[in-house]
Amino acid sequence: MIQVIDGFLARIGRSTLSMFESVGRLVMFTALAVSHLFRPPFYWNAFARQLMTIGFYSLPVVGLTALFTGGALALQIYSGGSRFSAEAVVPSIVAIAMVRELGPVLGGLMVAGRVSTSIAAELGTMRVTEQIDALTTLSTNPMKYLVAPRILAATLTMPILVFIGDTIGIMGGYMVGVGRLDFNSSTYLRNTWDFLQFDDIYSGLVKAAVFGFIIALIGCYSGYHSGRGAQGVGNATKSAVVTASVLIFASNYILTEMFF
Amino acid sequence: MIKIKNLHKAFGANKVLTGINMHIEKGRSMVIIGGSGTGKSVLLKCILGLITPDSGTISVNGVDPNTGDRKVFLDQFGMLFQGGALFDSLPVWQNISFRLLQGKRRLSNTDAHALAVEKLRRVGLKAEVADLFPAELSGGMQKRVGLARAIAADPQIIFFDEPTAGLDPIMAGVINKLIREIVVEMGATAMTITHDMSTVREVADEVAMIHEGLVQWSGPVGDIDDSGDPYLDQFINARAEGPIEAVR
Repeated sequence: MIQVIDGFLARIGRSTLSMFESVGRLVMFTALAVSHLFRPPFYWNAFARQLMTIGFYSLPVVGLTALFTGGALALQIYSGGSRFSAEAVVPSIVAIAMVRELGPVLGGLMVAGRVSTSIAAELGTMRVTEQIDALTTLSTNPMKYLVAPRILAATLTMPILVFIGDTIGIMGGYMVGVGRLDFNSSTYLRNTWDFLQFDDIYSGLVKAAVFGFIIALIGCYSGYHSGRGAQGVGNATKSAVVTASVLIFASNYILTEMFF
Repeated sequence: MIKIKNLHKAFGANKVLTGINMHIEKGRSMVIIGGSGTGKSVLLKCILGLITPDSGTISVNGVDPNTGDRKVFLDQFGMLFQGGALFDSLPVWQNISFRLLQGKRRLSNTDAHALAVEKLRRVGLKAEVADLFPAELSGGMQKRVGLARAIAADPQIIFFDEPTAGLDPIMAGVINKLIREIVVEMGATAMTITHDMSTVREVADEVAMIHEGLVQWSGPVGDIDDSGDPYLDQFINARAEGPIEAVR
């Protein structure tokens, strides 16, 4: 009996130590990555490539997500609002919900699915095929060449992506509102504009920048510490998308509390 | 000159290096042999500072790999990796000239391309290969491009990690010959890890055999057939029976 309890406690101890070790490694990695954002040399070509890969090529997925979300949101709010004769709130609630919450969170999740996994798979493969070691032997710091440009590009492009996504989402609501729910076009636009405040937009964009940082950081961390072989890279990819998504939700709550 | 004294490295309970002593003179070619998992690659990565040893000292031209300016230290080295380790996202010419395209004294793209073409010619590849991507090359071509990258910046020390692994015997012969020619021509210090005895005989001035984390035997390449060491005899004659257990 004592042996069983001993074994159980040992397992809990090992898991706890392992968890603290992982958190510690992630914190150290983050500190190192951030420090390299401010120390030369800077690899501007690598940064420009990442701006395209992370930012520009994510536009379709963010845009389409926002378009359909805005449309569905308009229908849902109309349906809910009509129960207490508040259909007129559709434009303002669509705008506020898109800008403050749905734009950054859904955009963040979609980019996490597209970019975090792609970074983890790319860096994981580079780790497994010794390309990261090769970079070091070529006198190039992999943290500077691989990690810093990705983190900077994601942190800077996410707010732009989310701003475009917000606009498209509001347009999605407008198209459904005017085309399907018979709102007057100019009234819909005026209600959208009048109720939207600078703080709504600002808080959404700050969230987007934080999510961008998380997406690239977790993708890089998972890929950089990838295990060996195809399974190692697969696990790194899976871990990247799961961790990034959970951290997006958690940080979204914290940021919402801060801006509330 | 590379000097290694009493080097130890363990990964958890697995003791990989248990007191390596080695010394490679400037301009000499040392080949390190030994069974799989005996710590040859770990030794090489310790010298480069990619892995930090648990104890012992390494000195490369009087400098410890883990102290001082890493860039200056690494600028002395060229390395050919086992799988080539070419950067998939860059064309061949940028792979070859990678080091020369970084830093304050970087070459222009035109000069870097021209240098890559020259190095490609040196390893027996045509200029057209410069604009291809690594995925478009055969295994032998990738090894040669890796070799071109290793020598692009005229390093003083070149490491070759299993240079003929996965190649057919003819291509292996071509690579061995190239390595020997280049090392002699550049006057570089070379360290090669291999299981391939044809590489040992073609490339080595000195040979060191590692077994269970220690240097089991070392000496001039001409002495390996008459060493009298049962471990080395078993290894170079590829015998299943002997002091080295076949199942490890």
